[in-house]
Amino acid sequence: MATLNDVSQCVLDGDLDGIKSLVQSLIDDGTDPIVIINDGLIAGMNIVAPLFKSGEMFVPEVMESADTMNEGMKLVKPLITDGDIPSKGKIIIGTVNGDLHDIGKNLLVMMMESRGYTVIDLGVDVKEEAFSAAVKEHKPNIVGMSSLLTTTMMKIESTIKQLVVDGVRDQVKIIIGGAPVTQEFADDVGADGYSDDASTAVELCDRMMSDQSSSEALSA
Amino acid sequence: MAKQFTKVAYANLDDFVYGSCPNPVTTKSGMVIGGGVVYPEINFTLPGMDINDVTMPKAATIYSNIIEGVLKRAAELYAPGVLIEFETLPDFTEHPKYGIEVNRILLNGMKEASEKYGLKTAIRTTPNDLREFSRPPIMRSGKYWETMLELYEQCAKDGSDFFSIESTGGKEIHDSALVKADIRLAIFALGVLGCNDMEFLWKHLVDLSNANSCFAAGDSACGFANTAMVLAEKGFIPHVFAAVIRVTAVPRALVAFEQGAVGPSKDCAYEGPYLKAITGSPISMEGKTAAGAHLSPIGNIAAAVADTWSNESIQQVKLLSEMAPVVAMEQLIYDCRLMNAATLNGQQVMFRDLLVQSDSALDVQAYVLRPDVVMRISSELVKTQDNFLRTKLAAQLTVAELKKAIIEGKVKSDKRDMKWLEKMEKAIESIPDDPNEFYYEMKSVLDMDKFIPSEYGL
Repeated sequence: MATLNDVSQCVLDGDLDGIKSLVQSLIDDGTDPIVIINDGLIAGMNIVAPLFKSGEMFVPEVMESADTMNEGMKLVKPLITDGDIPSKGKIIIGTVNGDLHDIGKNLLVMMMESRGYTVIDLGVDVKEEAFSAAVKEHKPNIVGMSSLLTTTMMKIESTIKQLVVDGVRDQVKIIIGGAPVTQEFADDVGADGYSDDASTAVELCDRMMSDQSSSEALSA
Repeated sequence: MAKQFTKVAYANLDDFVYGSCPNPVTTKSGMVIGGGVVYPEINFTLPGMDINDVTMPKAATIYSNIIEGVLKRAAELYAPGVLIEFETLPDFTEHPKYGIEVNRILLNGMKEASEKYGLKTAIRTTPNDLREFSRPPIMRSGKYWETMLELYEQCAKDGSDFFSIESTGGKEIHDSALVKADIRLAIFALGVLGCNDMEFLWKHLVDLSNANSCFAAGDSACGFANTAMVLAEKGFIPHVFAAVIRVTAVPRALVAFEQGAVGPSKDCAYEGPYLKAITGSPISMEGKTAAGAHLSPIGNIAAAVADTWSNESIQQVKLLSEMAPVVAMEQLIYDCRLMNAATLNGQQVMFRDLLVQSDSALDVQAYVLRPDVVMRISSELVKTQDNFLRTKLAAQLTVAELKKAIIEGKVKSDKRDMKWLEKMEKAIESIPDDPNEFYYEMKSVLDMDKFIPSEYGL
């Protein structure tokens, strides 16, 4: 009989062929789909993340694990109403106006999704107004922006200003990253956080979401 | 009619050294690149700032200050000559008037340094490849293609010595190949899309340079192999994958020379030693003195057969001693002095081998730049004239070379390297020799929203 541990191990191994039968077996046995997601699929990715951070796994292996998790999710999701699908939070991510570099951004998208976040990927060369419109439409918890050039990094600042002008800046936390970006720059332009790679960006978002939950609990 | 390279340019490995090559190039100021002396090649960029009509006067002043500062220091240190690279920022290519203005500022600074100090200089103009700004990329027409050619043409008319570019044909597919460490996809991106685009692009650039008394210098697989190197440095992908990608990118870069480029190839094209071995043209390289721009495991070995030695890029920011580009200028000049002094003493091969020995056993990416490895693989690559087969062969030969080196303990390796090399070996073996058949096979895994086949002649 399949167990939730088997599912986690299958995700860790990136075993795309094995995951379907394991998840189906748990569904057939009557295991709560939410439990399969939280204690099997996402639990597997929770093992992957520290192994990646410590250099014991490469990105392609993490991607195989994420693909395996998603394959399992395909079987479980139809059994759950949309509102019940667990999400750690919603994040909008994009490379800023005038910049096409997106490998780092794509890695972050993959890492965030595999850690249970709902991600809206706006792509590259995202205009200031497009970030703002996306915030209004999707009401995310966090906005992530990246830039790889010394000239386009200034578009981070103009995007934040656009969010202020449109009255949505206070509704979100803002994280930024990219080769020329520093913590000092983040402080200067009024971002809430800076990260120099995808895995620490996920941890940063986890902390932000945790802080948000704590303050909501306090004000409740 | 494209040139063909059917044999390597060197009969003796001891002739494959820095500073000289069989086909040197003479600049307008009389610098003979590849003629015996290694020249410094300086590149620089703006500090963080917007580029628009309002800020351009400030940007122009910054570039004016940079060129004045670096050439003054070059003269004070008796540099035998300086190659300046103006690698434009995207705004400078999108709005050619900006790029043309800065190029003129640099040319003017070079003229003043010649008059004031008698310093020989030359300039390499490197517009951005903005064609990927259209998603999916439009490679053969449109606004970005037109503005890029406009910038090239006017800069050549104004006096630029060399054209270069870090072209991006196939990058939209190669990026996925890198993060998945998928060698089949990488070979498709480099050997089919990349090579096809290079043929189209470099035919135009060579025609444009010939019509305007300028040299077509060469391309760089920066967006491909250097991205792989950076990802490997961050621990995101295996170092052996990045090393294999480095050599797999050689046939793509070679296409520029088949179309008529003459060198010096672009500084960040670490595939340069292979290009020099095959074409006999001079190459530019960057290594330890480019650490201000990016880190690498190939700081010394990169200089082993370099003809110009570059810092890649540095922002105009103040350091304790001076502005950063001036600091870079000084570092490059001292590096070159040492190499040229060894040449004068008849110790060029010994010095080359020290540069090689100090790096090559410590990282697989350094190992594939060993002159003997370069020559061995290059000698096989010239046996076929088909760009796709050459690309596949480059990957195959590099995997075999690295497996042998690791087994023989010639290079440090990660415990997972052999697994990845064997995975790559199997994947490469599964690739058919017919590029059309390969394209047909790949269609099921290609994201057809990311590229337009007809833009690559497919």
